[in-house]
Amino acid sequence: MSRQPYVRPMPKSTWYMRNKRYRVYILREISCLLVAGYSGLMIYALSVLATGSPADWQAFVAAQKNPLLVLVHAVALAYFLFYQTFAWFKLAPKAMPLQIGEKRLPGGIVVAGHYVAWIVLSAFIFWLAGVL
Amino acid sequence: MTIAKKSVIWGLFAAGGTLSSFVFPAIIFLFLLISAGMVPGGMQYTELHAFAASWLGKFVLFVVIFLSLWHAAHRLRVVFHDFGVRNDKAAAYAVYLAATIGTMMTAFYLFQIN
Amino acid sequence: MSLRQLELDVMRYDPEQDEAPRFQQYTVPCEEDWAILDALNYVKENIDTTLSYRWSCHMMVCGSCAMMVNGEPSLTCKTFIRDLPDRVRVEPLENFPIERDLVVVLDDVMEKLQRAKPFIIRKDDPPDEDTEYVQSRAALHKFKQYTMCINCMACYAACPQYGLNPSFIGPAALALAHRYNLDSRDQGKSERLDILADHDGVWDCSFVGACSEVCPKHVDPAAAIQQMKIEGAKEWWLQKLSPGGDKS
Repeated sequence: MSRQPYVRPMPKSTWYMRNKRYRVYILREISCLLVAGYSGLMIYALSVLATGSPADWQAFVAAQKNPLLVLVHAVALAYFLFYQTFAWFKLAPKAMPLQIGEKRLPGGIVVAGHYVAWIVLSAFIFWLAGVL
Repeated sequence: MTIAKKSVIWGLFAAGGTLSSFVFPAIIFLFLLISAGMVPGGMQYTELHAFAASWLGKFVLFVVIFLSLWHAAHRLRVVFHDFGVRNDKAAAYAVYLAATIGTMMTAFYLFQIN
Repeated sequence: MSLRQLELDVMRYDPEQDEAPRFQQYTVPCEEDWAILDALNYVKENIDTTLSYRWSCHMMVCGSCAMMVNGEPSLTCKTFIRDLPDRVRVEPLENFPIERDLVVVLDDVMEKLQRAKPFIIRKDDPPDEDTEYVQSRAALHKFKQYTMCINCMACYAACPQYGLNPSFIGPAALALAHRYNLDSRDQGKSERLDILADHDGVWDCSFVGACSEVCPKHVDPAAAIQQMKIEGAKEWWLQKLSPGGDKS
């Protein structure tokens, strides 16, 4: 009896199309482009704030006014909320298992705590920015 | 037994991911308001400049941007790997270099705001 | 009881004759309460005795019968035909070399499980004969879920990082290491640090989470790995802050 194990090749750049679970994972990971993008936008805004006059800042803000950009930011917000924020919160209980005595607390408590903290923090940011 | 450098990078990634998950929705929403022409009071030049000039403001802005950059960088490296890019070393150098440059630029501009 | 006709597409591979695997179809009259394993047993007993596959307990405790059922890593004794369409594709576990038909080569993961040092490591001297080791129920519950692994290797089949990089130590081995690190009787965390330090250790995991989703015993290896990453990140700072390193 001779052995000849067969190794099935894994398609290195298209494996994630195989099932829904993998596709959702890739969409989740790609949200990092949004993090990079908005970080870059913040750095650019900082550069205008740092090296420009008040008029330059006004011009920068005025240049942002654009219905297309509204759409872009709206889509980005929805994508970010769904694939980053909510996904991150959903996975939080796995990293922080809570146990009181013998009883393991349900993961929902950790998730709920994250949502509460998120709402409070967002409200604080909006208050700082003068939205609230 | 020395822990791999990866544990430091992962630590930054995890901190950046947590922080950005919490604060980026609000930040994106602020950009959305501005693009709709509704600039909130706190985003006017004087207010924002004063915030960025304060030590607390500098600290907050630096930490948010620094951690978010490193989170995005590491995650992008993993995305390259997931998409079949064989040269992990090149991908790593590219993303971490970009994050370093971004971090330095942030510090540079924050330093200039007084 | 009416019999349901199931169409099985089963992957076959004869190492002595075939260049590559192929599919073979079998029509199996199934009782309503059957699992896919029952259908395979029917094939072997009544249609094609050459079909090779592993199975044993038929009650989800031995971990022998894990295969891909319609692309999903599953215990075939736990995958019931009432939850499946009429046409079912049965393949050997993904990410493993095929030995023959539905049998895969498991040497790699067997070695990796050993690397986790899956035994209680003590640094203190053993107590005298009159003293008991005491472990409270609370202490037991901390790690109990990680003891439930039956080594079926469905997690390795689900993990794309293992597929992309076969030297990744993988979910079951890491969950096993975590089981011992969390055990209050164990003092061997530093011995298992290799797994954290090694670049084929926890750091290859990108938290896809597929492992935990397919695990038939709800071990949740993804959670174990994330907790170990946090430990590893903390450990780095501990080692930097105390030059001698935290040896405990």
